[in-house]
Amino acid sequence: MTESTLEKKPAPRASGAAFILKKAAISALVALVLFSLMIGVRTEAGPQGGLIYWTRFGDLAAIVAAVFGGSIIIELLRQWWGPADKVRVVPPAVQNALSLAGRLLAPALLIFTFLVPVIFYDQRYILDLAILVLTYVMLGWGLNVVVGLAGLLDLGYVAFYAVGAYSYALLATNFGLSFWVCLPLAGILAAFWGVLLGFPVLRLRGDYLAIVTLAFGEIIRLVIINWQSLTGGPNGVSGIPRPTLFGIPLTPGEDGLAARLGIEFSPTHRIVFLFYLILALALLTNWVTIRLRRLPIGRAWEALREDEVACRALGINTTTTKLTAFATGAMFGGFAGAFFATRQGFISPESFTFQESALVLAIVVLGGMGSQLGVALAALAMIGGFELFRGLDQYRMLVFGLAMVLLMIWRPRGLIGHRAPTVYLERSQAISSDLVKEGHG
Amino acid sequence: MDYFAQQLINGLVLGSIYGLIAIGYTMVYGIVGMINFAHGDIFMIGGFIALISFLVLVSLGLTAIPLVLFVVLLVSMAITALYGWTVERIAYRPLRHSFRLAPMLSAIGMSFVLTNFSQIAQGARVKPVPPIITGGYTLHEGPGGFVVQLSNIQIIVVLATIVLLALFTWLVSRTRLGRDMRACEQDQTMAALLGVDVDRTISMTFVIGAALAAVAGMMYLLYYGLVDFFMGFVAGIKAFTAAVLGGIGSLPGAMLGGLAIGLIETFWSAYFSVEYKDVAAFSILIVVLIFLPTGLLGRPEVEKV
Repeated sequence: MTESTLEKKPAPRASGAAFILKKAAISALVALVLFSLMIGVRTEAGPQGGLIYWTRFGDLAAIVAAVFGGSIIIELLRQWWGPADKVRVVPPAVQNALSLAGRLLAPALLIFTFLVPVIFYDQRYILDLAILVLTYVMLGWGLNVVVGLAGLLDLGYVAFYAVGAYSYALLATNFGLSFWVCLPLAGILAAFWGVLLGFPVLRLRGDYLAIVTLAFGEIIRLVIINWQSLTGGPNGVSGIPRPTLFGIPLTPGEDGLAARLGIEFSPTHRIVFLFYLILALALLTNWVTIRLRRLPIGRAWEALREDEVACRALGINTTTTKLTAFATGAMFGGFAGAFFATRQGFISPESFTFQESALVLAIVVLGGMGSQLGVALAALAMIGGFELFRGLDQYRMLVFGLAMVLLMIWRPRGLIGHRAPTVYLERSQAISSDLVKEGHG
Repeated sequence: MDYFAQQLINGLVLGSIYGLIAIGYTMVYGIVGMINFAHGDIFMIGGFIALISFLVLVSLGLTAIPLVLFVVLLVSMAITALYGWTVERIAYRPLRHSFRLAPMLSAIGMSFVLTNFSQIAQGARVKPVPPIITGGYTLHEGPGGFVVQLSNIQIIVVLATIVLLALFTWLVSRTRLGRDMRACEQDQTMAALLGVDVDRTISMTFVIGAALAAVAGMMYLLYYGLVDFFMGFVAGIKAFTAAVLGGIGSLPGAMLGGLAIGLIETFWSAYFSVEYKDVAAFSILIVVLIFLPTGLLGRPEVEKV
């Protein structure tokens, strides 16, 4: 719907103080009505079981005043910045510097990531956070295959994460299988579930696809909660074995890695090992995705994203194309799930809610859909930002939601708005993602 | 048979509530072509505002329950409608001509905002209210002592739904606004050329959807006697499932889908297991979509190259 220049009214931009004040007053009035009952009155179950309430008009006044001031500031900023659709000319020197920085960013980031355990060896908190970020990078790259490459909108990605996690947890606790046996199994099982989800949605498009994947994610979660004899229900599975270095445990005992190498045992070894494990898994995901994009199947995914009808007319088998996309994405989700289970040592259905799916999808879209570097940066920004606001406690999700809305308004195309085409005639030239259609399922 | 009849009544009541929410989804989808993920939370906000305004009115000394309920209905519809308008203005309008996933993610973000806003503003605990409308009729007393009952609140929920639906159908098919809405649904650019204020029409769509969700929220409060900040998520997904089941974009479809989901859920809980009622509803959605990819009453999309 980009052709609708007709709808843009050539409204003369009023800029006087009266205009700004009027706008701010309207905003404040709206805020007053919105928050009058929700913030002005606080209800709580009283001691006798009935509801009691008390008023908080001070808070209400503060918020309305904040909205009034905020909207004045926003309007001033907007007038200072000028119309949103004005083309801004970037000087060539700056542009060159930026593109150089852009090219160097990925290798620099990779080298830095490899060095993180060396630099932050003593800071357990940073290592844990880095592992968490890498887990989401991996999930983002996995979902990117489905959403970014094949253009299939998947709102239930967390289901495959759950399948992977529970596969490892149950196989390891019930049959004593080691992590390295279970990891491929978890991937295969998740891929199998991906195909299982793929079949009913073959004929669905767009939002029907979105709701079915969402329903699928919820079904998996509800079954995990209710099938208590297998999964332990809401209590989850605990005592999941820690990973070993191909059979050598990272424990202080006789046969532990530290004893064999003749160095002093430290619990940090395990964290560092986990860090490199998830880094390897994530890089594997990235490498496989990049390679697949060059294969016929990867090209078929991208063709499917652009136009399904044309795809069929060209003789591409859309059934296998869709199923492989789901299976590949799900497999990486399963790997990440197995890693999550072994890292936590305990899993419960609470870790696999819709919020996780939304978070991973937000990472993919914010990363620019299809850009591997963008997804990594988005994961870093989202999870890092999420951690920064840990002190805010209950306001954290509120801030997260607001950030999601504002980021979408600011950059609907994601952080990295350009992408390198897989096929080109003479030289690779980045194309703006405005030219790429996405997500028609 | 008696048990069946009782479950049928319960299912129809639940289905009416889902249907009212589903209309909001389907209307927005029909016109803007996006899933308004925050709609379930608008429903939750509607429930909260009904609860708070009820408490305030009662403590101010109003005792005539029908009058109180009427005022509560108006207040919660008005304020919740303003929430719908604000959400559209802040989160969706700037993204109107953006690519397809952007408004959807901003909607998911808005849903988080609304959920957590009410958690912070009103606390995380469930808010119970004593039964406000009591009494009912005994329809049939079975030989085994099983009684089929139809409570007053059930009658009110179903009646309110029917009245609102009639009003709403009239609005869409007979008024200027309804005509504008249908025009925008077909072709926004053309509608704008013919003098329809597209922005205003879309805003009104959100306002009406939110007002219907507020009614659903109030009915939920009266019927179940509680609200909590998280109820919007599950109810929202179910209502959206209903909208898709009925064929998204189709208004009778939304109501039909709502009733279907309500009945499936109730009968599944009654005859099989309560734990798996949501699984049943979602599974049936998937099965229906395999055979009818555009839902029960949806029009098949003609694809042009």
